[in-house]
Amino acid sequence: MSDIKEIPAVWIGGGTCGGCSVSTLNTVAPSIKHVLIDEVVPGRHISLRFHTNISAGSGDPVIRAIEDTGQKHEGQFLLIVEGVVPTADGGVYCAVGERNEEPIPFYQWVIELGRKAMAVIALGTCSSFGGIPGARPNPTGVKSVMEIFKEEGITTPLINVPGCPPHPNWFVGTLAKLLLAGLPKDGDLDDLLRPKEFYGLLIHENCQRRAHFDEGKFAKKFGDPGCLYELGCKGPITYADCPIRQWNNGVNWCIRSGMGCQGCTQPEFPDFLGSFYEKITDVDVPKIGEYWKKRED
Amino acid sequence: MGKIIIDPITRIEGHLKVETVVDGGEVKEAKCSGMLFRGFEKILEGRDPRDAQLITERICGVCNHCHTTASALGLDSAFGIADKIPDNGRIMRNLTMGFHQIQDHILHFYHLAALDYVDVTKVASYEGTDRTLNSIKAFISRGELAPFVPRYEGDYRFSSEVDHMLVSHYVQALEMRRKGHEATAILAGKVPHACAVTPGGMTEIPTVDKIATLLARAKELQEFVEDIYVPDVIKVAEKYSDYFEIGKGCGKYLSYGVYDLDGKDPDYTKRVRLFTQGSTSTDLQHQPLDLDQINEYIKHSWYEGDGTARHPFDGETNPMPGKEGGYSWIKAPRYNEETHEVGPLARVAVGYAAGDRATKEMVDSVLAHFKASPEVLFSVLGRHAARALCALHIANNLQGWILELNPGEPAYVEYTMPDQGTGVGIVEAARGALGHWVVIKDRKIGKYQCVVPTTWNASPMDGNGNHGPIEQSLIGTKVRDEQNPFEIVRIVRSFDPCIACAVHLLNHKGREMKRYIIS
Repeated sequence: MSDIKEIPAVWIGGGTCGGCSVSTLNTVAPSIKHVLIDEVVPGRHISLRFHTNISAGSGDPVIRAIEDTGQKHEGQFLLIVEGVVPTADGGVYCAVGERNEEPIPFYQWVIELGRKAMAVIALGTCSSFGGIPGARPNPTGVKSVMEIFKEEGITTPLINVPGCPPHPNWFVGTLAKLLLAGLPKDGDLDDLLRPKEFYGLLIHENCQRRAHFDEGKFAKKFGDPGCLYELGCKGPITYADCPIRQWNNGVNWCIRSGMGCQGCTQPEFPDFLGSFYEKITDVDVPKIGEYWKKRED
Repeated sequence: MGKIIIDPITRIEGHLKVETVVDGGEVKEAKCSGMLFRGFEKILEGRDPRDAQLITERICGVCNHCHTTASALGLDSAFGIADKIPDNGRIMRNLTMGFHQIQDHILHFYHLAALDYVDVTKVASYEGTDRTLNSIKAFISRGELAPFVPRYEGDYRFSSEVDHMLVSHYVQALEMRRKGHEATAILAGKVPHACAVTPGGMTEIPTVDKIATLLARAKELQEFVEDIYVPDVIKVAEKYSDYFEIGKGCGKYLSYGVYDLDGKDPDYTKRVRLFTQGSTSTDLQHQPLDLDQINEYIKHSWYEGDGTARHPFDGETNPMPGKEGGYSWIKAPRYNEETHEVGPLARVAVGYAAGDRATKEMVDSVLAHFKASPEVLFSVLGRHAARALCALHIANNLQGWILELNPGEPAYVEYTMPDQGTGVGIVEAARGALGHWVVIKDRKIGKYQCVVPTTWNASPMDGNGNHGPIEQSLIGTKVRDEQNPFEIVRIVRSFDPCIACAVHLLNHKGREMKRYIIS
């Protein structure tokens, strides 16, 4: 017998590129093997009942595994949603599995499982806010999990972990906190339901090129040293801790590589005010420090 | 006569359904259906052309870097600067693609395909001191075996000893593929969804410290591919040798080539590439690449239209859910009016047919090991072997490319975006031929079309009733146990389908869909 508690989890993907899953595979410590096989935190193991990319089985057996988890572990399992929820034309644009030879629209899964879960993590900007498939003109009528829950009156606790893709630490950290400290408490999440540990500060506040901004030294073309503001950087209006955390085991991140921040953790992504390559308007910049002001109030 | 419907096919990227009709233990009919549809090209219309590369890479979280590169090449050509990219930029694009593609091949073999052949639960009998295997043994003893069960049962052939070794390689491969991503990020900013590849070159500038760490990382990956990955594929092939006879498919192969060894020719079909452009068939005669021979059919896809085929520059894609005779969101591209398979097998076959020395040496040494002739390549195992050899071929070249970088020198050329223009960017993604066609109108995207590898491989029937490559590989296959149709999933996964890539077209015809409410 073992004293490890099994937490059932279902990871469903809708209108997704799979990038959130692939980014999660890049977690360093704990490694993905630790997350799947061992204990994420001592005494707690996530039992992943379904995942499109890694589940061994296919077809009906895995569909039954998802349904069983919802029925047998109501209120006790964790639901992870990756990708947008297409709703146009009855949800025909994304289906997962079949019942009686009829495709099951993805939005039905989100509603069915969302209602029964202990908590839901919307992983990535697509499921958090609509992301790229929800960009103008939103051809498949996508909605975020937040919107679906609101419409359906679903009150299951929801945490948004956006990013295109999200940093693996943001997801694993959120998971670990759920297992260690339980459901989010008042003040843990910002008004977009993002954990403040990871999304509390603007990119701009910790940017390694910030001194160039303050001194008015702006890069005029790619490859120049200097602040990337005039080349379209969205760092001044984007909340995430990339400058401190850095990416892919700390080897680099967008601005360090010479490209501006694309604002991928924001609900405005990717439409913003123009191109990724166009300068944002100066009126947006005074938002810097908003979070600290709110905290001091 | 029975129907086997497998939905979803897991351990691939995206939503794929496979429906087969089995009579007397043999597949008589097969239908491959893409079950997701997002509308990327429609989203691109009217945007700043430079944004295309950052948006289209998000078509796929697995092959994102191939889209980035194809898009950047397409924009370079539309901006008239295809032959002006600094060597540093060309080489860094090759390196980021190369590191990314090696990790992609490793991911496919170990983490997507291997569980069809390797039985993780046999680790329960492990008696040694290896910590990794013992932790998996402890995991199994706790009795919660997800996500490794449920699964199909009854055809796992390895002895416990070999099985234990392959499971420990599965875990090691997780680390190696992560490191492949890290090496990509050193030059590309971050992965998935890199940012440093841009029209005009790269935003990064190579430095000596990056060169030093990349050399070490390239060596580590090369050793893994040569010492572990290739031998493991051979072990699978030895034990499951009947799969040299299964899943042959359409017998025609197309490759766009990839890794520009010289950037001077503005026409990508004429460039010297590490993997050669062209087409071939099971006769292994090489034909040069002609992009005008590509046409897409929509007769059996859920789009408005009839049986006529259109070139990507002229394609129309108005969705028509429930269309009579339709069974997929994937279109049916054909080359020279014929079904063509794309992917590592096509790359290897085209290279072999063109007489590329390195390709011939690698392939011949594997064939010699099995005392076999080239026709065994056209099979489930041939695809896995070709994929491993592609990884090896890239890995053998990375260190040389790294040493060609000029530290501190620019990797980017400035340009003026034209008001109008057309461009096409072609590369070989991990899964095969990938093309981006762009039309610029008034400094905005007028039209953008991607024809991606899985659109070729998982395509439905065309206007002439010819099945797609995966469908053709399934038809005629003997299925031993209809409750556990190993043959079908092994064939499908040998193509490494990526459905997120394959299905992304939509023309919404001005309809306001955002307010659509489900009744």
